[in-house]
Amino acid sequence: MKRKTSIGRRENANHSAYVFLFPYALLFLVFILVPIAIAVLLSFTNFNAIEFPGFTGFINYINLITKDEVFMQYVLPNTVKFALIVGPGGYVLSFLLAWALAQLSKVPRTILALILYSPSMTSGVAMTVLWKVMFSGDQTGYINSWLIHLGIITDPIIWMVNAKYLLLIVIIIGLWSSMGVGFLAILAAILNSDETLYEAAAIDGVRNSFQEMFYITIPNMKPQMLFAAVMAIVNAFQTGFISSQLAGNPTPGYSAQLIVNHIEDYGFIRYEMGYAAAVSVVLLGIVYLFSGISKKLFKED
Amino acid sequence: MAYKGNRINPQKFEKGQIKIILIILPLVLFMGLPIVFIFNHAFKPMDELFAFPPKFFVSRPTLDNFTKLFKASRTAGIPMSRYVFNSILVTVAVVFSSIIFSSAAGFALSKLKFKGRFVLMNINQAALMFVPVAVMIPRYLTVNVLGLTNTYFAHILPLIPVPVALFLVKQFIDQVPDSLIEAAYIDGATDYKVYLKIIIPMIKPAIATAAILVFQSVWANMETSNYFVSDEGLKTLTFYMNTLTNTGGNVTFQGIVVAGQGMAAAASLIMFVPNLILFIILQNSIMNTMAHSGIK
Repeated sequence: MKRKTSIGRRENANHSAYVFLFPYALLFLVFILVPIAIAVLLSFTNFNAIEFPGFTGFINYINLITKDEVFMQYVLPNTVKFALIVGPGGYVLSFLLAWALAQLSKVPRTILALILYSPSMTSGVAMTVLWKVMFSGDQTGYINSWLIHLGIITDPIIWMVNAKYLLLIVIIIGLWSSMGVGFLAILAAILNSDETLYEAAAIDGVRNSFQEMFYITIPNMKPQMLFAAVMAIVNAFQTGFISSQLAGNPTPGYSAQLIVNHIEDYGFIRYEMGYAAAVSVVLLGIVYLFSGISKKLFKED
Repeated sequence: MAYKGNRINPQKFEKGQIKIILIILPLVLFMGLPIVFIFNHAFKPMDELFAFPPKFFVSRPTLDNFTKLFKASRTAGIPMSRYVFNSILVTVAVVFSSIIFSSAAGFALSKLKFKGRFVLMNINQAALMFVPVAVMIPRYLTVNVLGLTNTYFAHILPLIPVPVALFLVKQFIDQVPDSLIEAAYIDGATDYKVYLKIIIPMIKPAIATAAILVFQSVWANMETSNYFVSDEGLKTLTFYMNTLTNTGGNVTFQGIVVAGQGMAAAASLIMFVPNLILFIILQNSIMNTMAHSGIK
């Protein structure tokens, strides 16, 4: 149901509405919309931060697809792998955890929710040292020490330099911090769901909590599910930054090079900003595409 | 026996809930232990930091790492207090402006009538998908062109518009009953009065939520210090903390971490604790706001 009531008095509503909107709209325009527009424009140029950009047509995009071996061979597969596990994986996980928490009484629920959400408060980057210490390459590293103690490995693994493990580590960190705003939104939605619906469903023959979850809980909180999905997608593409924080840019053997690292590499290390802009546009396009898919899934008819 | 339906949000703690806790316990540990570790690591004395085999918990807690952290900055020429001051100034300015601008814009989008309202609402909804790292370069250029480089404004202005904050505030204002606002207009209130006297007091939970979300993004932000200011004296605490942990890049980081990991853990803790405290204080407001977070 859409509410379309607007109350402002007709004679001055227009005027004051713009005054209320102006400060936010101006900053939004300057620091979000204009940069997106510039990114699109730059993506058609050979801008290198020194000379005035010259128009080059679709060459950046063509190069990205046909000539950028690093992108095709490492960045794209890594990003897809990372985003598919951390995005939908983290999303399903946050739903299941929220659903489980909703069945607890207030005190244990609040404590557990706080613990689960706390990684999201750290913003990943601030916790770089934690992962460096945990995955330290010698035997004083915690993970190595435990694995040796348990007899799983005999020699310490140099985690951060070993191309075999780096992406896995980054994915684990991504999942670790995936219980974000979306998780809170889902939890709040379940807690606020209408109890009479559940009673009615039980009378109508819903047998177990899984049927209940699919037939009652999820359909009744589609808007929040969509919000959480969008947050999960954005988070999945954003947290990739941790790769270069952990292992430098480029990551050893490009093993954990994700699309955001590729942008940083071309933009701020090689200063091929036109090309980096093209990669950014592709990133925004991917996020938009995935959000569109989630919208299809959760749109209320 | 017939299935009775789930008990969402039960009033009392019952035995059945222990089962649920046990099932999710591994995940809770996975999420929680790294945080516990940082708390322990930050207070470890030298010999425990490098103990072999490494110990997870601290046995003789000390403040050494924190004192070293403060001393390290003194030798670097810029006192730590300067970074702290910068960070606090920037964070307060951004959080404060962001909640004022978002609530004002949210009020207009939710309750006022004007041309282009639905278009703007849709634009902001699309902006929820905005990934700031994708536009670092154009943002850097914009800041440059506007002449904001090496000013506090370079830290503050780009971080004020937070689409998620506006979205949540607007959804919450939608819940304010129209009749209440209508009555105020009949009594002769202006739009500004309605905003100040009715909207703001009624949407405090949403404002609290917006504040904490904005706080999290500003407090930990490194984009502005990395790219928009080059003057060391204008950089923020987050940036400084990060230089402690990250100077090594990919070649020698092992050595760097060994030398400074106690300090770095203390730094991480300093970055984390304000978030934790704010969240604990505001958690009721946050859950209240999140209930209205749906995208329709």
